[in-house]
Amino acid sequence: MGQFAYTITDEIGLHARPAGALVKLVKESDGAVTISKGEKSADASRLMAIMGLGIRKGDEVVIATDDEALLEKLRKFFQDNL
Amino acid sequence: MEKYEGRAIFQRVAIGRIWYYTKEEQSIKRCRITDKEAEWQRYQRARQQAVEELKALYEKAQKEVGEVNAAIFEVHAMMLEDDDYNASVRNMIESQEVNAEYAVASTGDNFFRMFSEMEDDYFQARAADIRDISDRVVAVLSHREKKQDLGTEPVIIAAEDLAPSETVQMDKDRMLGFVTELGSANSHTAILARTMNIPALIGIPVKPEWNGRMAVIDGYHGILYLDPDDKTLEQMSRRQQEDKERARLLEQMKNQETVTRDGRKIHLYANIGNPADVASVLENDAEGIGLFRSEFLYLERESWPTEEEQFQSYKLAAEMMAGKKVIIRTLDIGADKQAAYFGLEHEENPAMGYRAIRICLEQPEIFRTQLRAIFRAGAYGRIAVMYPMITSVEEVRRIKQIAEEVQTELRRQGIPCGCAEQGIMIETPAAALISDLLAKEVDFFSIGTNDLSQYTLAIDRQNSRLDSFFDPHHPAILRLIRTVIENGHKEGCWVGICGELAADLELTEAFLDMGIDELSVAPGMVLAVREAVRKI
Repeated sequence: MGQFAYTITDEIGLHARPAGALVKLVKESDGAVTISKGEKSADASRLMAIMGLGIRKGDEVVIATDDEALLEKLRKFFQDNL
Repeated sequence: MEKYEGRAIFQRVAIGRIWYYTKEEQSIKRCRITDKEAEWQRYQRARQQAVEELKALYEKAQKEVGEVNAAIFEVHAMMLEDDDYNASVRNMIESQEVNAEYAVASTGDNFFRMFSEMEDDYFQARAADIRDISDRVVAVLSHREKKQDLGTEPVIIAAEDLAPSETVQMDKDRMLGFVTELGSANSHTAILARTMNIPALIGIPVKPEWNGRMAVIDGYHGILYLDPDDKTLEQMSRRQQEDKERARLLEQMKNQETVTRDGRKIHLYANIGNPADVASVLENDAEGIGLFRSEFLYLERESWPTEEEQFQSYKLAAEMMAGKKVIIRTLDIGADKQAAYFGLEHEENPAMGYRAIRICLEQPEIFRTQLRAIFRAGAYGRIAVMYPMITSVEEVRRIKQIAEEVQTELRRQGIPCGCAEQGIMIETPAAALISDLLAKEVDFFSIGTNDLSQYTLAIDRQNSRLDSFFDPHHPAILRLIRTVIENGHKEGCWVGICGELAADLELTEAFLDMGIDELSVAPGMVLAVREAVRKI
């Protein structure tokens, strides 16, 4: 399982629009991805669950998946959008 | 005739009958169902339809109010496609054998609670979104039209409050204006109203009994007349006619270049005092913001605004202007702009006293906070900064030193930042006379003609007894402006005017002759100035 940690720099955190874009990306690639903040984690294909983590600016999240190519895509997504 | 005062968010007149809007109370009955699969299918069809509605709403909003404002509807559609939301509905239908309406409402309530318990304001606001989408599905399920029928006659909508989705859904052709009790000039709905060109007032104690009564919105003075008398009605209709005629003529100036007949192009920007004004900037097709007064952040409050608060406001303006220039003027308090927490001592002659950049240089922490916010917002658009009340080269060097320290600090902290240009206001005779020296220090000059006139002519603009002595076109002022433009150009600075004179159509040609590069005027004057330039 590959993973990376990322600290959110977007001012309002992982808000609805990027959360929606993340879900879209994960659903398209068809791999299982989890996103966790501290002890809580969520399936990254679930919009409400991701928003339920209440990820804010300065929070560190960990993204994990088996799919290496998808992991790279996600890393880029976070860097570009969050 | 009754008269109510509120805050105007769009300066136009509307005349018509009031249509009182209440949110539909959805009382949902819990019923036991027998065919669980059929009920689930019924939910799926309703959900599909709701998603279609939201997509249509998204497209409508995208055309009418732009991508940024429309995005919320796309997110709503995605929420309805969320697996957890749907699984919850399915689970209730199957395990509790309840009707789809009830399952949706309960699911909505559960998610609503989850979000409303979160600490963060932003996520709390999502709770309202959950309720909105659940109501929509329930409305489809119970064959209720969520879209409000305004009848055939155009009306003034009166409501306690309006959500953005409600505003956008209403038929624009049937909506003359709206008055609400709640909401702020910065609210999403207010911004939408401006973008949609709808006269609106907020802070009016709206009552259901007003339904059907005649009313006039005077958006120029922020007044609602209920059952207006003939005189008021006649006056307001005349005003409305004038507005319409003028607007029709000026409409032709949109999407045109601000260019003279012989091909000289200038930048035509707008002055604003609040991010909410950005909508009217775009509406009037200004090419940028030439003066964003930052005082709104400091006045009418109890303590200094935080970096974060300021950053959000600047960022909003930068993003809404989508790459067009936004020139933020650092705080210009003191003199006639006061708040208790500034702790400013009484002065005999405040116009020449402790104000603007002087406060910033004496209390650099206030200044640094604002600069950090401005430069951070610079990462989200094309932001420039300008400093008011300059009288010496030394001041400009100190400012630049501070600005550089702030930028270095942000970079060291890994915080995205940016600043397209730094410039100064030329609003004292001293600055105008040494503009050759100042030009070596900055990227641009913006001439503030209001203060420049007052200081040059030694005439207090607040004292109406002096009106007969005041000549706005005094040759001394025009000579100073010419000097500033020439000196600026010698050192490669561009020069603009952002005071009232910039919109003085009698002077437009003279300014162009002097070589002015930019004029920044009130949003409502943009098209009129463009028309004047194109005739030269």
